[in-house]
Formats: sequence, structure tokens, C-alpha cells
Amino acid sequence: MSGGVDSSVAASMMVDAGHQVVGATLKLWGGVSDSGCCSVADVDDARRVADQIGVAHHVFNFTDDFDASVVAPYVEDHVAGRTPNPCIECNRHIKFGTLLERARRLGFDALATGHHARVDGGPGRWQLRRGADRAKDQSYVLSMLGQSELVDVVLPVGVLTKADVRAYAAGKGLRTAGKADSQDVCFIGSAVGRSGFLGERLELHAGEIVDAESGDVVGVVPAVELVTVGQRRGLGVAVDGRRLYALDVDVGARRVVVGRADAARTKTVAVSRPTWVDGPLAVGTPVYAQTSAHGRAASGRWLGRSVVFDEAVALVAPGQTVAFYDGDDGDCVVGSAVAA
Amino acid sequence: MAVYLDHAATTPMRPEAVAAMLPFMTERFGNPSGSHAVARQARRALDDARQSVAGDLGCEPDEVVFTGSGTEADNLAVLGAHAAVGGDVLCSAVEHHGVLLACRSVGGRTVPVDRAAVIDLEALAEALDDAVGVVSVMLANNEVGSIQPLDEVVTLVRQRAPRAVVHTDAIAALPWLDVAGATRSADLVSVSAHKFGGPKGVGVLVVRRGVGLGPVAYGGAQEHGRRPGTHDVAGIVGCAAALAAAVSGRTTEVDRVRRLRDRLADGLTGIDGVQETAVPVAADGQRDRRGKVAGSCHLLVHGVDQEELLLLADDAGICASAGAACASGALEPSHVLLALGLSPAEARSAVRFSLGTTTTEADVDTALAVIAKVIERLRR
Repeated sequence: MSGGVDSSVAASMMVDAGHQVVGATLKLWGGVSDSGCCSVADVDDARRVADQIGVAHHVFNFTDDFDASVVAPYVEDHVAGRTPNPCIECNRHIKFGTLLERARRLGFDALATGHHARVDGGPGRWQLRRGADRAKDQSYVLSMLGQSELVDVVLPVGVLTKADVRAYAAGKGLRTAGKADSQDVCFIGSAVGRSGFLGERLELHAGEIVDAESGDVVGVVPAVELVTVGQRRGLGVAVDGRRLYALDVDVGARRVVVGRADAARTKTVAVSRPTWVDGPLAVGTPVYAQTSAHGRAASGRWLGRSVVFDEAVALVAPGQTVAFYDGDDGDCVVGSAVAA
Repeated sequence: MAVYLDHAATTPMRPEAVAAMLPFMTERFGNPSGSHAVARQARRALDDARQSVAGDLGCEPDEVVFTGSGTEADNLAVLGAHAAVGGDVLCSAVEHHGVLLACRSVGGRTVPVDRAAVIDLEALAEALDDAVGVVSVMLANNEVGSIQPLDEVVTLVRQRAPRAVVHTDAIAALPWLDVAGATRSADLVSVSAHKFGGPKGVGVLVVRRGVGLGPVAYGGAQEHGRRPGTHDVAGIVGCAAALAAAVSGRTTEVDRVRRLRDRLADGLTGIDGVQETAVPVAADGQRDRRGKVAGSCHLLVHGVDQEELLLLADDAGICASAGAACASGALEPSHVLLALGLSPAEARSAVRFSLGTTTTEADVDTALAVIAKVIERLRR
């Protein structure tokens, strides 16, 4: 229970279904930026919703784990020129890692969350599917889950649209019914921002912007560590007036290579850390890969250490997740990997 | 019916305290600061309570300042003394946050403790000099129960920092120790009513004659201007009644509870990997708990996370705790345990059982059985 409407409704639905529910809010970050998800105000909301639906509520202090598994790697990745998705790492290590283990140790049968996705299927053949509301689908950020997690995971709101979720909450008089969704990374406050956060923890270095075609230095970025492959903002325009995109970021060399839009696409995306919902794909198998949180899955082939797309896709920044589905309009998650 | 083993967090109210308070929540509602009959009635009750509290704390009535909590008493002592005396502020590394953070707010520093959480007197001696204006050392620690050598602390302060004022937080020491006797040499003493069967929302700061306090809050003339604000007459009356009962029954109660605590602690430390914090074990296996207050049973349960142990214990009806909670309600790693040399991982295995006036033999029996099962389950 993050204090948001989705997890409030998920908890309430589980109560309605007759389960013995205990609500838990995770304390992940106690730092200055306490403004995103799971802040003290959010804990109050979660606790009061728990009171409203008649379940016990606990707060678990996972700050050390979170720091080691999510925040520290996030910072280190920027030194290496990667653009991680910390919310995905939090799902991987904390929510469906530490928390799921704790739930099992405490004798619970399942962990439910408010994610917009669905768990279907049965013993030994659990499926992870997109949420019913395509615009809110969060299967991408859960794409690292496998049979050993899914067996104990319940995602109640995945069958509802966001409008249904809010209507349900309003119908029950839950205090989070009208609460806005949190958008930011939970440990980076809006006042501080990503550059402020990283600037406090890393030395940021200016870098030169080099045009891929001509080889000329065409500008300067104030912090090369903050540039993401595929980024357009802040990189200026080419002499001919067309926008420039980051094609490659070399932190060590303090250099960003830029090009025009048509150069900022690729057919091959190198990946590592593959995970599979139901057993690995053989090398050469066709896949449908989604390379951002909201987007269509594009067709291609799984080659074991890379994905080769049938048609070029926008460059994928190293560290970003690639989620595999069972069709270009496919509903079922097949697995995931991380762009290398 | 829950087995309540968290008396260090708060205690059930003594029936005599409740009875004493009721009239002041009903027909005797006056504000003692007025001049009419209704006010004077409240005034009389306030004066009687003050006199009673003074007797029980070994001070004069005009040395008693009623506050809204023990934490407020701590803040008033540290910030008030610092405002009056100036200079550097020192406190032990294991003080409650009411002292620790107040000290820090005025640039104070801490003095380390040993592995039993007892203040390092040599380090204190070295830290004391003419520039020190306020020294605060608690009489007993609220987390691990260790008793501090207050007399030695005062002696050192008088020798090496002669203008310094000594404050002691005796909140965790009452009802276990003879606070009046033990704090005779201190200049400022804090206690808190809800730790000895009184109501929440009332604290007492003993301010010896001649000890100046600068203002911390502004308002009316109550408490000689040291703590303005309308008196919580009902609470103060309840505090006095509870204190009188706690002090008069202390020695028998301490013996009774000590026996129960020893049985609980002996039983649980019999489990593999369960250690008692700040309790030296002699070569023959005898545990020396004389350095701790009688109600305190603080354990480290190797390989078990405190949040999980407490949750399962709670499910089985055992109420215990493990240190301070932060604003969100999550447990924070204990500064006391870190100060006495534990690693953060060890600190996460800490559990505190604190016994009190309502603890029975049956409670100990139940706790022993339940906690053993919980530990076994979590280690599986």
C-alpha cells in the first residue's frame, strides 16, 4: 500500500474477496526528497485506507536494502553512461524480492499490489499479462518476474480500467479515490531533480558534443553523465536546422556523439540479464519487444545477447529494459532483458 | 488478552491516578490562574499535587515545573540551561532524542559509552573544561536499561567544569530506582508521568533553586514563567497520585518485576543465538543484571529481523518493541545500539521486552512459549 489509489483499491478488493489481508507500506527512502511515492504523507493515507477497509497496517523499513539495490546502482550507472530505470530495479529487488521473501517468511500465501497488470494461468504455468487499461499498463515494469514470483503474486486491479479503479475507490469512500498518481522516482524530489540528486553524489563533468557525420565539435553539455542515448533536449540543432539526437554517450571521454533523427535508430539492441516468465527462448526465436514503458512491441528476433528488430527502432539507452511480449499487440509477457 | 511487554513505551494508568483525575475532568474544571472560587479550587489541587511531587522527587515545591511531557522537560532543561549559562553542551551518546537533538541544536557534542551503554567517564573527563555550560546524562537508558554513574558524572563536572549545569533525564529510571536519592546532586531532573502509571501529557522538570533557565516558550506566568500555558490540572493531579504510588511501592515492586524479568531473560537467552544486551556473563554463566533497571529485557536475536519478530509476536498477542519509530511509523536503527558498538545488521536483530506493574507470571510463561516458536519459525 503505497498510499496511492491503485494499491488502496487492490487491498480493498482482496478484502471483498474474503482474504485475510494485512497492508504494508515500505519505507524506502528517508532522505531530503521525501516527496514522491511512499513519503510520510503517503504512509498516513495508506494507514487510514487500511483503517477504512478494516485491515492491520505495518510500515517496513527497507531503506538499507533500497539504498544498496536501487539507489547506489542508479548513481553508479550514471558514471558508466547508463540510464537505469530505478523503479524496475525496485520491483526486481525490493517489492518482488525482499518484500515477497518477507511475506513468505511471515506465513502469508500471497503478495498483492496495485500494479496495472494481470496474473493468469495456473500452477507451473503462470502468465503475466498487460493490464486491461492499455494506457495504464504496467506489465513493462513487472516484466522481470518469473514462475517463482508469480506463483505468490496477485494483481487485482489489472482487470479494471483506471476509471473503474477510481470509481471503485469513490464507491467505498476511500480517501485516496481522487489522489493524483505519483509520477516521479520516489527518491528524487521535484525541487531537487535528477541533476540535483546526482550532482550531490557524483562529480559531473562537462562534455563536448560531436556531430557523427562531420566529426566536428558542435557544442558543449554541462554534465555528460546526465545525457541519455536517444535524448534530443539540450543538444542544440544542426547547421541545417534539424534537431540533434544523442547517438552515443562516452562518459570517460567526456563526449556525446549526436546525429539526426534518422541516425538515432537501430535494428540491433545488445542486451544482458535476460529473465523469462516461463522458460528461456531458444536463440533465433521471433519476439515482440517493447523498449519503453508505454509503446508498442515491435517484431524481431531473440539472439541470446541481442535483439534484432525487423524494422529499425529508436535507439535504446543502455540500462533501459526491453520487455518481450507474445505478439505486436500481444498481451502476455514472455520475458525481459536490459539494454547493454 | 494481549501480553503487554512494552512498559518502557508507556504504562497502564494506575486506578488511583484515574480516580484522582476524574473530578478535574468534570465538576472541578477551573483554571488555577484565576481568582474566583472555581479557580481557587483548581489552584488548591495544583498546589497539593506540586507539594506531593516535590516530596517524592526530593525537592522543594518551587523547584517543580510541570510540563506537557518528558520530552518537553528535556528540551526545557537543555535549551533553557544553555540560554541562561551559554557555553558548550555535552550529553552522552545514548540519550533519548529529547536530549540528544536538543543538544545538537545548540552545537552540543556527545560523549561515548562502553559496550554496556555506560558513559565513558574518562572520555567525559577529557571533554570537560571551563567552556562547558551544560552536561546532560540520563539516569537510566530507555532502550537497554543501563544505569549511568550519575554521582561520578556530577563529581567530574564540579571539578572540571565548575560553572556547568548538570541535567539528568530520569524518565526511564522511575519507577525502578530511588530517583530522589540518586539525583540529589543534579541541577535539573526530568520525569514523565505516563512511564509510572500516570497520564500521558504530563512531565516534570526539577529545577534546583539558583539554577537559571532562559525562556523556551512565551506566554503567561504559570510555573514562574518557565513553562507558560494553562495547567492540565487533571493530568497533574493524576501524575502526583501515580508518583506517590510508584514511590511508596517501589522496593517490593522492583523485586517482583526483577524476578519475572530474570525468568524471561534466562528463558529466552537459553535459545541458541539469543543474547542479552549490556549484561555481562561471568565464566560460570551467571548473568549480572545489576547494571540494568529491573523491568528491562533487551535481546539480540541472531539471524532474525526485528520487524518480522515483532509482527509475528503481535499476531500471537505479545506486545514488544525495538527502538524508536520515525514519522512514518517504520523502525529506525537505534542510535543507542550503534553507540555501544553494534553493527547496523546486529541492531536490526534487537528486541526490547519491558515489564511493569501489570506483568504476571502467566505473561512470562506465554511470552517464553510464543517467542521461542516465533524465532524458530523465522529461522527456518
